[in-house]
Amino acid sequence: MNIFAIIGRLTLDGLAALGRLSLFASHALRHLVLPPLFLKNIGQQMMVIGYNSLPVVGLTALFTGAALAQQIYVGSERFNAESTMAAVVVIAIVRELGPVLGGLMVAGRVSSAMAAEIGTMRVTEQIDALVTLSTNPYKYLVVPRLIAGVITLPGLVIVANIIGVFGGFLVATQRLGFNPGSYLTVTMNFLEVTDIVSSLVKAAVFGFVIALMGCYHGYYSTGGAQGVGRATTNAVVSAFILILLANLIITITVFQS
Amino acid sequence: MSTAPKIELSGVKKRFGPKIVLDGLDLSVAKGESLVVIGGSGTGKSVLLKCIIGLLTPDEGTIRIDGQDVLTRSQKDRQKQMSKFGMLFQGAALFDSLKVWENVAFGLIKAQGMGRAQAKSIALEKLKRVGLQSDVADLHPDELSGGMKKRVGLARAIASEPEIIFFDEPTTGLDPIMADVINDLIVECVRDLGATTVTITHDMASARKIADNLGMLYDGKIIWHGSKADIDQSGNAYVDQFIHGRAEGPIKMALRSH
Ligand SMILES: Nc1ncnc2c1ncn2[C@@H]1O[C@H](COP(=O)(O)OP(=O)(O)OP(=O)(O)O)[C@@H](O)[C@H]1O
Ligand SMILES: [Mg+2]
Repeated sequence: MNIFAIIGRLTLDGLAALGRLSLFASHALRHLVLPPLFLKNIGQQMMVIGYNSLPVVGLTALFTGAALAQQIYVGSERFNAESTMAAVVVIAIVRELGPVLGGLMVAGRVSSAMAAEIGTMRVTEQIDALVTLSTNPYKYLVVPRLIAGVITLPGLVIVANIIGVFGGFLVATQRLGFNPGSYLTVTMNFLEVTDIVSSLVKAAVFGFVIALMGCYHGYYSTGGAQGVGRATTNAVVSAFILILLANLIITITVFQS
Repeated sequence: MSTAPKIELSGVKKRFGPKIVLDGLDLSVAKGESLVVIGGSGTGKSVLLKCIIGLLTPDEGTIRIDGQDVLTRSQKDRQKQMSKFGMLFQGAALFDSLKVWENVAFGLIKAQGMGRAQAKSIALEKLKRVGLQSDVADLHPDELSGGMKKRVGLARAIASEPEIIFFDEPTTGLDPIMADVINDLIVECVRDLGATTVTITHDMASARKIADNLGMLYDGKIIWHGSKADIDQSGNAYVDQFIHGRAEGPIKMALRSH
């Protein structure tokens, strides 16, 4: 076994996958702007991605917001800075935790489901059948999922942000004795438009990543049930990593000191 | 020759990794002809159909449809050509998120833009022709038996009355009576619609019924091609072994012993 051969092989495989992904994404984007659009498919996907994700995203935000408030209270007590707690909670939730945790939860649910569905269609030749019926699989399968992802994720993240802040509010007022009115006043005063806009931009990007990874891994799955299983795992893992990477890039770009 | 053949392949090669499946294959099918392709399991019959229809791209060779070289054309042009074709897949390949009638009407609604009501009535009529009553129309594919799926796939392939229809093992998994109904249907498609058909089958009774000509695929090439009447006097040991289903002969099945 030659170590250079192994490194070379891995590099080539990596580059090939990257090239294939870029090609897939550019095909998808081209079909996104060309008619026709399958509106019914977009509607269905918005239900699947958005509405069905509400419970899990809401619960995640609630618990995280509550835990965050408790931690910040304990941490800032030492500096007698409890009064900044509301501000830190709202900024942490809206800028980072709402979109990132929301994105990750939806990725876990949706990327895997998309990869499994499209992967099954691939290995049972349903995608080939689409082509023989003069229907472009990018248009019929991929574009509706991308559009639905980009539209629905911002909505979900708004809900996550509100519920997350509410989780912090609950702990602060019910456990730690904060005054509800002044907690909310501090929250509103510290929240800026940039925070909200960056939160929504992140959400839209994550929505794109989630759908793209689900579709891409499904579309290129090979080798029966095992291959579909592998595609599902890869879709979730790659969506997670890309979400965290995209988040870092957006954060660094938007929030320069 | 005055008219170009409907389908013409020359020197078509297709490999998957190191495995050569089609190895310089030549074939031509005249307009309105019903060709049956026979050959052992795994010899590349399905790959052949997928190369012609454009789901796979050969590594070498030319494929002409109506005299025009399809491989040098753009992806977009090839997609436009697709409306000429109908295909029954070996595994039926029904869309499992859609109802049976929506499967059959898919091409009519999505590609031709026909209204749902009209498409449904055509779908029901096609389903009837493959021996399925209207109570099946609202089921989903996972509620059907294997043979029923095959017949729905068949109805879907002929729904838009294409010029060229490929049937990949249309009668496999059907009882002998239903198999004969399907044979008649394929004969009718050729006779009434003037369609050009290529059928893959292992069932010699069915081959004899529907074929004008037969071709035998072996080792990546069409090793024998002739009319149905000549099949019994082909003088080809491979063909003889295949049509009589003998284990002994020049065709060695790749059996592994471990
Ligand atoms: N997408 C693919 N990737 C890799 N190998 C493939 C692919 N499709 C087919 N093959 C290989 O090509 C060969 C021919 O396959 P094909 O499905 O055409 O056989 P067949 O003649 O239709 O057999 P059967 O009668 O069993 O349906 C097989 O050895 C198969 O492993
Ligand atoms: Mg086959």
